Amino acid sequence: MELFINITLNGITNGMIFATLALALVLIFRATRIINFAQGAMGMMTTFIASSLLNRGLGYWWAFLAVLAIGFVFGALVERVLIRPLQGKSELNPVIVTIGLLVVLEGLAGAIYGNASRGFPAAYSQSGLTIGHSKIAFSHFDLFILVAVLALMVATLALFRATTLGLRMRASAFAGEIARLLGVRVGLFLTLGWALAGVAGALAGLLVAPTSSFGPYYMDLILVYGFTAAVIGGLESPVGALIGGLITGLCISYVGGYFGSGLQPLGALALLIVTLMARPEGIFARPPARKV
Amino acid sequence: MRQSNDRSTGRWVRVSLAGVIGLALATTVLTTSAGAASTPGVTSTSINIGATVPLTGPAAPGYDEIAPAMNAVFDWVNAHGGVDGRKINYNYLDDGYNPANTATLTRKLVLQDNIFADVGSLGTPTQAAVQSFLNTQKVPQLFIESGCDCWSNPKFPESFGWQPPYTVEGKILGAYIKSHFAGEKVGYLSQGDEFGQDFVKGLDEEIPSASVVSRQTYDASTLAGPLSNQVAALKAAGAQVVAMATIPAATALAMLPAAAIGYQPQYVISNVGADAPTVGPLLSSFTLAGKGTAAQAKATAGLLNGVITDSYFAPESDVSNPWVQVEKKLLAKYAPSLYAKAGLDGNTQYGIALAYTFVQALQAAGKNLTRAGLLAAIEKSGKNFVTPGFVPLSYSSSVHFGFQGAEVIKLSTTAPPAVTPTGSWIGATPVTGVEVTNVGSGPVKEYTGKTSTPPKKLVSTS
Amino acid sequence: MTLRLPRQPMIRNLLLALCGAGILYFVTSLLSPYNDYLVGEIALYLIALAGLSLLTGVTGQISLGHGAFMAVGAYTVALLMTHTQLNFIVELLAAIGAAAVLGLLIGVPATRLKGPYLAGMTLLVALALPPIADRWTTTFGGDQGLTTTVPNAPGTINPEEWLAWIQIIGALITLVLLANLLRSRFGRSFRAVRDDEISASLAGIHVARTKVMAFVISAACAGLAGAFLGLSTGVVNTGEFPLTLSIQLLAAMVLGGTGSLMGMWWGAILLVYLPQWSTSLSSHFNLGSGASAYLATIVFGAVLIVVMLIAPTGMQGGLRWGWRWGVSFISGRLRQNLSSANSTP
Repeated sequence: MELFINITLNGITNGMIFATLALALVLIFRATRIINFAQGAMGMMTTFIASSLLNRGLGYWWAFLAVLAIGFVFGALVERVLIRPLQGKSELNPVIVTIGLLVVLEGLAGAIYGNASRGFPAAYSQSGLTIGHSKIAFSHFDLFILVAVLALMVATLALFRATTLGLRMRASAFAGEIARLLGVRVGLFLTLGWALAGVAGALAGLLVAPTSSFGPYYMDLILVYGFTAAVIGGLESPVGALIGGLITGLCISYVGGYFGSGLQPLGALALLIVTLMARPEGIFARPPARKV
Repeated sequence: MRQSNDRSTGRWVRVSLAGVIGLALATTVLTTSAGAASTPGVTSTSINIGATVPLTGPAAPGYDEIAPAMNAVFDWVNAHGGVDGRKINYNYLDDGYNPANTATLTRKLVLQDNIFADVGSLGTPTQAAVQSFLNTQKVPQLFIESGCDCWSNPKFPESFGWQPPYTVEGKILGAYIKSHFAGEKVGYLSQGDEFGQDFVKGLDEEIPSASVVSRQTYDASTLAGPLSNQVAALKAAGAQVVAMATIPAATALAMLPAAAIGYQPQYVISNVGADAPTVGPLLSSFTLAGKGTAAQAKATAGLLNGVITDSYFAPESDVSNPWVQVEKKLLAKYAPSLYAKAGLDGNTQYGIALAYTFVQALQAAGKNLTRAGLLAAIEKSGKNFVTPGFVPLSYSSSVHFGFQGAEVIKLSTTAPPAVTPTGSWIGATPVTGVEVTNVGSGPVKEYTGKTSTPPKKLVSTS
Repeated sequence: MTLRLPRQPMIRNLLLALCGAGILYFVTSLLSPYNDYLVGEIALYLIALAGLSLLTGVTGQISLGHGAFMAVGAYTVALLMTHTQLNFIVELLAAIGAAAVLGLLIGVPATRLKGPYLAGMTLLVALALPPIADRWTTTFGGDQGLTTTVPNAPGTINPEEWLAWIQIIGALITLVLLANLLRSRFGRSFRAVRDDEISASLAGIHVARTKVMAFVISAACAGLAGAFLGLSTGVVNTGEFPLTLSIQLLAAMVLGGTGSLMGMWWGAILLVYLPQWSTSLSSHFNLGSGASAYLATIVFGAVLIVVMLIAPTGMQGGLRWGWRWGVSFISGRLRQNLSSANSTP
């Protein structure tokens, strides 16, 4: 029984991390209808920068904030320089460009920072909380992750539903031409969407690094599972990203715990296929309006 | 209709032109292969050797230090006249741990670059992919960086291992567990491949199966986060001793969640994943947010204190050992950037020892250097080579394994620390004498022979 | 008298293939064994890329999972070679068939997905399948892998040249078959589904069936390529099918020219020569070993980005554009000279 509880708790913690990345993917998809395959790698890069800052003696929380800001700028830059020129053309092009960016970032990280093993500190203690007599597999740091993800999700929801900024962003993504006619500066909002996603990605990188083998590739699998979480939840829905993350995290934890860790991606694939066969747009998406 | 034919004619011309240009471009990459010399790769002034190792990719951390460390030894040899007047040129290529790349690059080294021998290539799947090719081409596949017991095979006479086979290591550590933790419950955590399986085979030779309460595995290619589930299972089964066949990343990813849930078994870890300067930085994340390397190292030392592992040469923390001193001097002088980055750690020590073994093989083969002569020299004189190892090499006409013995050591805060550019990491003290055994069912015995010291020439000129 | 090619596509393509075979025979007999080996690798990647081009370029279904199909083909051929004494061609057909079955299994749910969703799902497939072989190491050979054996070479031809020939013949047959397929009504269905699904279904094309067919054919090609890769490497092991393989296949297809068949030559050349160029580049620039090892990756990624931004039609598109520009330039000059000749009184 204790085993089951620990496996479940592990699934929840993993799920929170997938949800962070899923939120970043949702932000970009709602803003520009593109999946950013480099999202994980961008978070990896910003975390490496954080590591350098920490090594130079900067306090953890200062580095944390600095890197979130860098993530914002990074996201905006990528949209402006790489994604904007591709607007209106084949949907294969952004996939290839973001994959190219992923490859470049991993190569750069390997070249600049090298292959040597390194760790990354956690924001809070990773020692399990004590309930009764035993320590459970849930620490202050895990609590921080949970709170951070919830805050991010609430902020995203509030942005899209409750602010004019959010409304303008949704309009820019959904009906760009009409929005332009109504005076909305569409380009600016596309960039803003990517910038916010950059912040979410940077946050994901910082949250994952302490419990991962921190190196140029550590975000790869997180991206894949984050993508699964986003698709299951519905690529348009921040709440969906959170729920999708939880479901994916739990699924992977149970598969790994009871069948073997090598079969985890297969478990995620099965989950994805089952969800998509039942609800192709994801659990929390609105049903597609147009069907001829 | 006439028009469409002209268009297709044009297309035909374009296509064949493009195809021919493409092929011409493709084949001008390098020139003709040299005609087979009497001994490929050997001239009166040089010896060309090659290898395939992972310099990039997820398998690279740590292992990318070995080949440059080997080069430091070759640079030292070349600076002092080479072997029989021949300088050693070591061309190591990056295969990214992908056997398909290994197959292509090894063929390049053999068929195009005409290397004399393949020395110090890394990996079980990668080297298994080219074992047949190298043996058919009669190119020595020397001192493969892997502990698979497949390297000593009469069907493949050109192939030689070097490091202790994983089975041997498993037996030595298993014997230690059997004698020092008798009656306690034992759990295994092993990598799901040859490394883990061979190590477990060795453990099972010694540890009675009734004592083993849990056998956990993990898959290296899908390693994304902490091995929390495996650790939870070990704790639930009540394992008091956990024997681990893990790479450094996995060691850290197991010890972290264990510490988090307050689970503190006796760890007995393969030397593959127990080098303190390599594992230490990975564990340092367990400290609170960025409090500086000294504090991190201290917290890490707390986690690693008491870990049992093994070593087949004097570890880097044994600073009074003459071999360790020589290795430090060599590395600092001939590979200064590597020394500044990584210092003397398990990987650079490994590279230096392996390269020095090869140098002695060349010396034993003599001035009239041929491939067959080199193999014969290793089989005949290998056990007399002077190496940092605690036991002599086991090479003979029927055995192609190198070291088959090690001493069991304990990581301890009372031992002098291992100091590298990245910090001061916990040192080790021996807890047994040197033990030897073999890959089969032979017993684990104490080694009572001599251990060599570095020759005067190496000490004075490094 | 202008040179006329026969009009039926099948005969024309066969003639082209025969010419290609002739040129290649000439070339491989001149090359060293190592370069023969490389030409064979180019041929095998060409097969995989041609299939991918049909799926992604012509039918518009993005696949980031072709490494998995190659793995299935490779393991099938290796298992048969290890446990049975079947004829070589039969073993290759079995590899093609097994990969086609996987293509069917993936293709059916894939019809529900579009664009990036599909890319993500196929990415998961590429990640999920190889570790299955790692789980059951006794069947699948584990780290040491399963050995493959190339059928004996006739006469005194050296083994690298013989293997290259097997792979080249496979590539030429694949190209002829695919070229004919693309010119047929199936080809038109594929393009219709890519361009506008709704119009296609209004025109009577069964969209889902067409997509599945594209998946199956494309997977079959990758299966054959995987079997050939197993032969080239000599041993089949999961380390040969990492995620990067699937990504590189898609990238090479795009760089060669999405949707074209002949452009896949460029993509295949890139895949085979990238590791070589990277090692010679890095020794040229004498960078520290860390930076130099990653140089190839960085350049590859940068090229992908730049090509997508500037020349999304890839190499083949660039050639086509260059040819047309060249032709119009020369004919423009000719016209100028003629008119200036005419205008002198």
